[in-house]
Amino acid sequence: MSVSNLLENWSEFRHTHPVDDKGYPDWEAYPSDIKWAMAIDLDACTGCNACSVACYAENNLPVVGKEKYSHGQAMHWMRIERYWDENDSGFQADQGARFLPMMCQQCEAAPCETVCPVGATNHTEDGLNSQIYNRCIGSRYCSANCPYKVRYFNWYNYPEQENAWPAPLNQQLNPDLTVRTKGVMEKCTFCKQRTYTARNNAKTEGRPVQDSDVQTACQEACPTGAITFGNLHNPESQVAKQWQSQQVDLIKDVQEKDEKEGNRLRGYRILEELRPYPSVMYLERVRESAV
Amino acid sequence: MGKDIREDIAWAQINKDVLKSLESPRKLYWVIIVIALLVFSVGIGCEVYQYNTGMGVANMDNPHVWGLYIASFIFWIGMSHSGTLLSAILHLMHADWRKPIYRFAEAMTTFSLLTAGLFVAVHLGRLWQVYYALPYPSERWVWPNFQSPLLWDAMAIFTYLSSSILFLYIGSIPDLAICRDNIHQGWRKKLYTLLALGWEGTDRQWRNFRVTYLTIACFLIPLAVSVHSIVASDFAMSQQPGWHVTSFPPYFVAGALYSGCAAIITLFIILRYVFRVEEYMTLPILKKTVRLTFAIAMVWTYLNCIEFASVWYSHDQVAKDVLIQKATGPYAPFWWAMIFCGSVVPFAMMVKKWQTNIPVMFAVSLLLNLGMWLERWMIVAPTFAHGYYPWTWDHDQWPSLIQWGIVFGSFGWFTLLFMVFCKIVPSVSMYEVKEMVYHRSLAKKKEEQAVKEELAVKGAN
Repeated sequence: MSVSNLLENWSEFRHTHPVDDKGYPDWEAYPSDIKWAMAIDLDACTGCNACSVACYAENNLPVVGKEKYSHGQAMHWMRIERYWDENDSGFQADQGARFLPMMCQQCEAAPCETVCPVGATNHTEDGLNSQIYNRCIGSRYCSANCPYKVRYFNWYNYPEQENAWPAPLNQQLNPDLTVRTKGVMEKCTFCKQRTYTARNNAKTEGRPVQDSDVQTACQEACPTGAITFGNLHNPESQVAKQWQSQQVDLIKDVQEKDEKEGNRLRGYRILEELRPYPSVMYLERVRESAV
Repeated sequence: MGKDIREDIAWAQINKDVLKSLESPRKLYWVIIVIALLVFSVGIGCEVYQYNTGMGVANMDNPHVWGLYIASFIFWIGMSHSGTLLSAILHLMHADWRKPIYRFAEAMTTFSLLTAGLFVAVHLGRLWQVYYALPYPSERWVWPNFQSPLLWDAMAIFTYLSSSILFLYIGSIPDLAICRDNIHQGWRKKLYTLLALGWEGTDRQWRNFRVTYLTIACFLIPLAVSVHSIVASDFAMSQQPGWHVTSFPPYFVAGALYSGCAAIITLFIILRYVFRVEEYMTLPILKKTVRLTFAIAMVWTYLNCIEFASVWYSHDQVAKDVLIQKATGPYAPFWWAMIFCGSVVPFAMMVKKWQTNIPVMFAVSLLLNLGMWLERWMIVAPTFAHGYYPWTWDHDQWPSLIQWGIVFGSFGWFTLLFMVFCKIVPSVSMYEVKEMVYHRSLAKKKEEQAVKEELAVKGAN
């Protein structure tokens, strides 16, 4: 019976994954060729929302409509956040907004993963938080524990709702992935369907995955090229070079460069101090005033 | 102050009085049943709508993924604790005043746990898959996530519920036998015959009964503490500001005992009137319960202050912001109402005259429970409104009528279960009251003897 299987699997798991807490995600214990990661240059971002639209199209995100959007029930896996400069007299609209594209940060030590009662959200070997829609029971604990609040819950049965994909949008639903039913959690997957295909293709051709193999939908749509995506474990990839040049280390919760004085590097990760080890690095905006 | 239980009350009289409560309650009983049914059907209607349409109708949104359901869940779990306190802890401490009231307190434990379970179901996005959270043997070898506090919750609550049902049932066996022997017809006779398990009151049966009862009592006490500690872990184990507090488990347990005791006072007052058991649920017993509640209220207040202080001095700016938000933001009226009801109102229980004043204590106990419900809400909601990530701050979210309707309906469900139970199973434990009367009459005799002897000594002098 499966109780003995559980015990057997457990001892096997413990054998291959000895408990040796190093205080950070342990690469050697979980060897993998691929670690998907991102870098987003906020200096290049113009807040045009193309990435968000591309994400809706690629990932079959339902359009919830004005009313539900204003209730905070939007399903934008990729969202553009606007921040306004503030001084003594309040918000300064004439300075223009600062933009920040926000999606699931694919944390290495993800707060969402440990709390799910049914194990519907897991860590994949290529360093992503997966979400198993079939397994999700909708307790929403993952979202409650997510510091970035980038998980989106299906508050309604969107596939059956009128105008979730107003015509002709219904004609371009992506066949590479599902639509989601009511009561399950979903979030950015770093375009899982694309990375999966890229990995398979590379495997067929017997070579490692390269930058040219895969682009995420948001990256592809970004007119200013603000988004870089790739395999962090491949030192030749653009994203690895960027992380390295910014001296941002994935397994650190405080970067050494931040301790030094006169540090002029722009790379940072959001809420790094909470130690989720996010896989997205942002590059600070340097312009003092906008446009 | 009214009279306490008479020491000379005949044992047969006790049987007669209590059994009468099963047959002829006041008219108010039926009024309460009808109202409870109506209230419950409101909740059912809301849940059916929510189940069919989706959780969106509860007006939850991205930061506010948990709402009144979780708050009410903690509230009902909390209510369940005082039953164990009265029946198990006070049993071990030989406090005899608990005897006439522990049965209904224990029933309250069971039924509030069942109500809390309802909220788990109402809260889930996919209720029809709820069994995924149970470690059942599956041919795909898929197990729930043993790291998740929600899973601990499920296990702790199941254990606590089954143990407290067992405890309630075993404690009632001698009384069910009395019912069996005194009721001679109808379905009740059959039911009591079945439930009494052939109890004859032999010496051996009593001895086994004592041992069993004591064992379960000892088993139940650590369970009660662990259940609410684990509910507290749902919050304390998370990373969110305002939840990630080490002192949450004891704080939750104190809060649970507090709201439970307040609920006991409320139900005490209702029951003694509705079932005409004024002679058993006497004012001196009310007074003892009120004093106990006051003591627990002070413990809760102290732990509350500790929590605020530890957040305030922790240098965790985000957690501090949440605390400031609670006191000054959109939740401020509810937060201050919680402080008022939970920490100021209990001082009314210090006034000796009011301790046995039924209307005053009724009002106070309702206020205390209101305060404790607000406390749970103020733990859940403000953290969502003002979390780590500024872009998702949402101070204007308000639960929809569907949410309020389900919370409202849960009170109907609880009242219904409780009132039906009290009509079927004697809500005053007959055999324990007999014991109590016996012990007291012994004590009185001893006293009289002592007085006599003293007089005799004086006379001799």
